[in-house]
Amino acid sequence: MGIRERLSGNEAIAFAMKQINPDVMGAFPITPSTEIPQYFSTYVDNGEVDTEFIAVESEHSAMSTCIGAQAAGARSISATSSCGLIYMAEMLYVAASDRLPITLAVSCRALSGPININNDHSDIMSVRDAGWIMLYAETNQEAYDNYLQAMRIGEAVQLPIMICQDGFITSHAIENIELVETDQVKAFVGEYKPEHYLLKKDEPMAVGAYATPVYYIEAKRQQAQAMMDAKDVIKQVAAEFAEMTGRSYGLIEEFMMEDADEAVVIIGSSAGTAKEAVRQLRAQGKKVGLIKIRSIRPFPAEEIAQALKNVKSFAVMDKADSFNGHCGPMGAEVAAAMYANKVTEPKMINYIYGLGGRDVRVESIQHVFAELEKITASGETGETYRYLEVRE
Amino acid sequence: MNDIVEIRWHGRGGQGAKTASLLLADAAFNTGKYVQGFPEYGPERMGAPITAYNRISSERSTVHSNIYFPDYVVVVDETLLYSVDVTAGLKPEGAIVVNSGKTPAELRPQLKGYEGKVCTIDAGKISEEELGKNFPNTPMLAAIVKVSGVVEAEAFVQDMEASFKHKFASKPQVIEGNMRALKRAMEEVQVG
Repeated sequence: MGIRERLSGNEAIAFAMKQINPDVMGAFPITPSTEIPQYFSTYVDNGEVDTEFIAVESEHSAMSTCIGAQAAGARSISATSSCGLIYMAEMLYVAASDRLPITLAVSCRALSGPININNDHSDIMSVRDAGWIMLYAETNQEAYDNYLQAMRIGEAVQLPIMICQDGFITSHAIENIELVETDQVKAFVGEYKPEHYLLKKDEPMAVGAYATPVYYIEAKRQQAQAMMDAKDVIKQVAAEFAEMTGRSYGLIEEFMMEDADEAVVIIGSSAGTAKEAVRQLRAQGKKVGLIKIRSIRPFPAEEIAQALKNVKSFAVMDKADSFNGHCGPMGAEVAAAMYANKVTEPKMINYIYGLGGRDVRVESIQHVFAELEKITASGETGETYRYLEVRE
Repeated sequence: MNDIVEIRWHGRGGQGAKTASLLLADAAFNTGKYVQGFPEYGPERMGAPITAYNRISSERSTVHSNIYFPDYVVVVDETLLYSVDVTAGLKPEGAIVVNSGKTPAELRPQLKGYEGKVCTIDAGKISEEELGKNFPNTPMLAAIVKVSGVVEAEAFVQDMEASFKHKFASKPQVIEGNMRALKRAMEEVQVG
């Protein structure tokens, strides 16, 4: 039986870290993830964990710390947000290409500028091609549950993994949560036992060596394979987690999709708000549904295309813009997923929404469905690249 | 059926409105409810208007937006009545609770024609008398619990006592002062 508690998303992540008791944390604070290393540092100070807590002078150094420690054979973690994440960008690529399964908690926040501390997904979207596995939570519960599964996933395919949630909206909101007993957590996560590591004295090795054109593309191909392999691992770990807790997770979550004519594809806390919009519209007899993307990397292209193949129209919701003049990052990937899987009948539009903490209401999503209903009726998409609820 | 109660708090940075909203979430959680307690974040500074929210329900609410049509509004600083539209969206079958030495009848003209219950509590005075300082959040929390009934009164008092004993383990006089402030607020809140 789980432990009934109420915690913010940041508290939930810090608590999961405490239960796991990793070897090393590289830490540098930035709003709204600051509380994570802050809470964790008190666990270190109180002797509740024996993690080496390394306070550094920047996020670049925090990730470098994790890379050094993980390469040495230590399970390493960090937490960050926004500009901190993109300040890490150089080292994120190094971590992935060195195949170091570091775990990074991200409380997502807009990028400057204009300078803003509130939530959107522009930070993680800007590093989505760094080679990290990326899971995104709708709630504090999912942030906690994803974190407990993270190391199992990352270590199985030797890739680093980000556990993302919406800054402030879930990171700072107190909500009910069911925690797993610590001994069960420890048994589930297990010990980190890498096959190759720098401190293995009988096997001298180099990490991060130069790759000439004769080797570089093969290294990248192996990374690509690991990311493809991660899809099955995520599902297997989720199945084991469901056995332990009763809470099931997939690469995506389908909500009232079975007979849906219109659907939204969405990530994070706004998926919960959108579920309420779907419930209300269903009560009015409208056939609407929702797809929540949990795994952004690897991208569940086939699963999304399958889930959308029978709808008449759908909207991909992007809490970040690509500034390419025609769509947001998830809009592009979902469109590619549909075409690659030969699903070309449904009409698609793409909304940029919720940037810089603009509040996303039930009514906001109902407006999207109203637009989709018009598209279904007329067969005309009109403008496919849209901003939701913006003053012009 | 999900009997959701939505509450919006208006205060000024440093007055403890955010803390009060989190304490209310705690109190409701302890009686078995599903809770949300969250402030609206931004470039905060002491004295600037802030807003915080609670959703309290018997089933988990999946909504993660601010609250636009609250059942109850709590105003921790009376001067906000003149700069913030505190009754915006407030349901007429609900109530507003204002930290004020005025009576509900005296205050009602400031509330832009709001037709629901108007409640006042002199949280500043209670706090000064019982704690020696102006910490209005404990009496305001007690007043909204009394007015809304969102947490059963006796359970709330017991829960808060346990919480204060935990928080102020080394300062028993602070525990007693807070408990007196809490009980007085529940008795003295005026409903009009």
